This record gives sequence, C-alpha cells and structure tokens, in this order.
Amino acid sequence: MGSEYAIEAEGLRRTYRTRTGWLKPRRSEVEAVRGIDLTVRRGELFGLLGPNGAGKTTTIKMLNTLLIPTAGTARICGFDVVTRTREVRRRIGYVFGGDRGLYDRLSGLDNLRYFAELYGVPPHQQKSAIAELLDLVGLTGREHERVEGYSRGMRQRLHIARGLLHDPDVLFLDEPSIGVDPVAARELRRTVGNLAANGTTVLLTTHYMAEADELCDRIAVIADGRLQALGTPAELRSHADGRRVVEVEAYGVPDSAIAALRGLPGVRETAVEERGTLQLLTVQSDAHLDVQGDVLRELAGVRLGRVASREPTLEDAYVAIVNAA
Amino acid sequence: MRTLLIGTLMHAKHMSRSPFEVSLALVIPVVQATMAVHLFRAGQEPHRLLEAAVGAGLMGVWSSVLFGSGGAIQNQRWQGTLEMIIMAPRRPVTVLLPITAATAITGTYAMLATLLWGRLLYGIPLDLARPYAFLAATLACVAGLGMFGLLLASTFVLLRNANALANPLEYPIWLLSGMLVPISVLPSWTVPIAAVLPTTWGARAVREATVGGPVWPSIGICLAIGTGCLLLGAYCLTSFERRARAAATLALS
Repeated sequence: MGSEYAIEAEGLRRTYRTRTGWLKPRRSEVEAVRGIDLTVRRGELFGLLGPNGAGKTTTIKMLNTLLIPTAGTARICGFDVVTRTREVRRRIGYVFGGDRGLYDRLSGLDNLRYFAELYGVPPHQQKSAIAELLDLVGLTGREHERVEGYSRGMRQRLHIARGLLHDPDVLFLDEPSIGVDPVAARELRRTVGNLAANGTTVLLTTHYMAEADELCDRIAVIADGRLQALGTPAELRSHADGRRVVEVEAYGVPDSAIAALRGLPGVRETAVEERGTLQLLTVQSDAHLDVQGDVLRELAGVRLGRVASREPTLEDAYVAIVNAA
Repeated sequence: MRTLLIGTLMHAKHMSRSPFEVSLALVIPVVQATMAVHLFRAGQEPHRLLEAAVGAGLMGVWSSVLFGSGGAIQNQRWQGTLEMIIMAPRRPVTVLLPITAATAITGTYAMLATLLWGRLLYGIPLDLARPYAFLAATLACVAGLGMFGLLLASTFVLLRNANALANPLEYPIWLLSGMLVPISVLPSWTVPIAAVLPTTWGARAVREATVGGPVWPSIGICLAIGTGCLLLGAYCLTSFERRARAAATLALS
C-alpha cells in the first residue's frame, strides 16, 4: 500500500495565464492556489470548504491529475500526480456536481459500460459491478433510458456510480449535492458515509455546512487560494468561541443599514443571505455584549420577520474564518 | 482492442443520435451529388458521372472526419466529458482513437448516400468496375482518414478553439487529394503535398476501383501513411495531453 497517507500536498500552487487579443495580446495571470499543504489519511473523509473562486476545484484538479501544478508536489497513495499519472488515475474516482460530464444521448447503462471499459474494470466483473452500483444509487430499472431524460438528481447518482466503477481508493467529490433535492442529498450523504466507513478515502468540497459537519472527520477552509483553517468540525467551531449570533429575517434592507450594523460596537461579523424576497441577516458579536437592541434600532423602518439569538454554528465559524482571510 | 471497439461503438451510437448530425447527413449528400453531377455535365464529361459521385462521396467522408474529429473533441469539452475520458488510466490514443474512428464510420454514410442520391435523382448507374475492390478501397480510405483524423484531434485536445482550424482545412484537402478534380490539373508544387496525404491515396484507390486500375498499391500506401499518422498522432496526443493539463485547456473554464 506504500504511503500512510492517501493524499499528500506540499506547497501546491497553480497560476492561470490568459491571453486576449491577437495583434496586441494582453496577458494576465491569476493565482488560484497559493501554496497548499495538507495530508489526508487513508479512509479519512476530508472536507474542503471555501467561497466561490477560493481555489477548491483547482486544488482537486491538481490532485486528480487534470491540472499540472505550477509549483509544489502532490501524491496520491504515494504516487506523484505529475510523474506517475497512470498509477494515480487507477486509484482515484472523480465526481462533480451539475448536469455535465455524461453522454446524454446514451443510456445510463451505456455510460457505465463505456467508462467501466475505459477505467480498466475487468470484462468479467463489469456486469456485476454495474448492477451493484445501479442498485446502490437507486437507478435499477431506469438504466436503459437515455441520460437526457434523467432528472438532475438521477444524473448526480449516475455520476457517483461512474466514479465508483473501478473501486477507487480515493474519491474526489466536488460539490456533489449541488442542485439535488433534500431527500436525494440525504441519500447521497448516507452513501458517502458508507464509502468512508468501508475504507475509501473521500475528499469532499461542498457549500453546505451541515453536510460537512455531519460527514467530515476533518475540514480545511480555503480562501484566496490559501488554507485558512484546518481541523475537526469541533475544532473549527471554536473559531467562533466567545461569540453570540443574532439572526434577523428582513425584507428590503438598504446597504447603508448593513454598513451601519458592521460599525456597531462589539459586532465581529455580518452576513446577508438572500432567500428570494427575504434577507437573512446574521450578526456575530462578542458573547458578553447584547447587540440585539442595537441591531433592531439600525433596522428601524425595515419590515422584519423572525428575530433570534443563538450559539454559533460551524457556518458562523466558517464565515469568521473566511472574512478574516 | 476491446476498449477501442467498445469506445468506437459508443461514440458512433452517441453521434448517430444527434438530430443535428442526422439532418446534416441527410442534406449534405444531396448537395454534393448535385454539385458533382452539374460540374461534370458542364465539363462535357457525362460519362464520368459515377466517378464524380464517388468523389463527392469521398468529400463527405472527409468532411465528416474533419468536422467530426474537431467537433467531437469540442463537444466532449462542452459536455464536460473530455476531462472524464482523459482521466482514464489509459494511453490518450486508446481514449481518443475511438472518437475519430466513429466519425470516419459515420462518414461512410455520406459515401453511400451520395451514390444513392446520384442514382435516384440523376440516374447515375452504379456500374463499378471492381465492386469488391471498391468495398475494400472504401474501408481502407475510411481507416486511413480515421487515423489522419487522430492527428488532427490531437491539436483539438490542446487548443480550445482548434475547431476553427477545421474550416480552412476542408477545401484544400478536397482539392489536393484529387477527390473531385484530378491532381494532374493542379500546379506542380501541390504534388509533394498531395503525395503525403492519406486522403490522396484513399481517393485514388476508390477511383481506381470505380473505373478500373491497380487498386491494391494505392490501398497499401493509404494505410501505410495512415499508420504513420496514427503513430505521430499517438505521440502528439501524449505530449499535447500533458500540455493541455499544464495550460488548463481540458475544461471550458
């Protein structure tokens, strides 16, 4: 088995270079990942959290051989991702969220047959492996239908079956639950949990804190291309220790009011989540200060819904870490 | 070999279910058959109509390979499947040859349809001098073009907009290979270029089978050059796949 770790990264960097225009080409560089060090033990379920553009997908793509790092090294099960590409590819599976990545005009079964062959599943095992996976992801009976007729949840489940065809040691899941309904997402979490329990190493990126909190043994928060925090969910929650959270449901909060909230004494973080016409304001403050009265005073004249005060969650800790980056 | 066969079958199946591809396959052979017939009638050579129809069919096969290979790789990129197939623990040639082979196979439809339309619309008799040799020459031509397509496909992997290269390649290769107009009427400087194109020898083999002539040497040369393209394409693919990973061009963004 070689290395003790399933995933090792040292000083991983990736710069994208773009060129626009032909006569007077303008070149620009974007540093997507700026030096990431991490290790993931075999059988561990590791979460990578971060806002859009933080460098999560770039990191995954360097680890799964789709991108060559600009600097630094990475190994999967002891094999270097740049020099031992084929050995790495034999040991990894990759599942990403969304509608793409499948042959729409082929049936689910044909997709799996093709990728089983491509990913080196021995011919005599293909039929049984495909049947087992179809059963695992709940697509038995629908496998002869064309993928273009599948719902997003079904496509996502087919993605997962495809990622598991060759029984990979390491599975990369890049936002697998994006756009999936709550029931399907719960099923997905159960499947991922079972995989890790059976010894598969899983690296998961997600925007859903509850998902990360429930599943992950350890979580790394990445922002601006760098690791900002790394630890168990409980350890990460401690980043919000000594804080109190006020949540306010409101409608049509002006930007000036949000800016005023940020300036209140004792307020450490503010976040606004748009939920249709509703805005959910989250105000983190020092625990020994009660800022609820001040918050409501700043929102005078704004139509309000529920107002609640609570202990901080992993999501609050995440917001604190990302905002501090 | 099994991987190549299953891959070719799946890609051919996928392509043949595209309404766009099917519509093109229905319309283009009619256009090409019409063009060939009028060209040769205007040239006072009505006795060469079958030769013209075969040439037009070859043009269809070439167009299918050229746009099919480029379009297929670009489609894979759009669909998000290019990364998934490149990630397979296989040599890049094993992964991508089935795509170009599938385009060549679906391209043979163009040949059949052109001949059929020529017969139905313009009454061109299917009077082939050597029918079995014609079949062999067509298969060799398709195989040669498929291997040539792989060489082109390697650039399509590297460059996101490489399908733009396909447009300027379509007509020159028709002309240089003598698919419709004999090479003898082209300027002498085109001869060396034509000589190294598998399309030239494939077209020559098919024409010789149609009107009579030594088919097998042309088939042999077509396959030999095609094999050279396959080897060069395999090398380029390995190199370009690595460069595409360095340049981050496997995905759309």
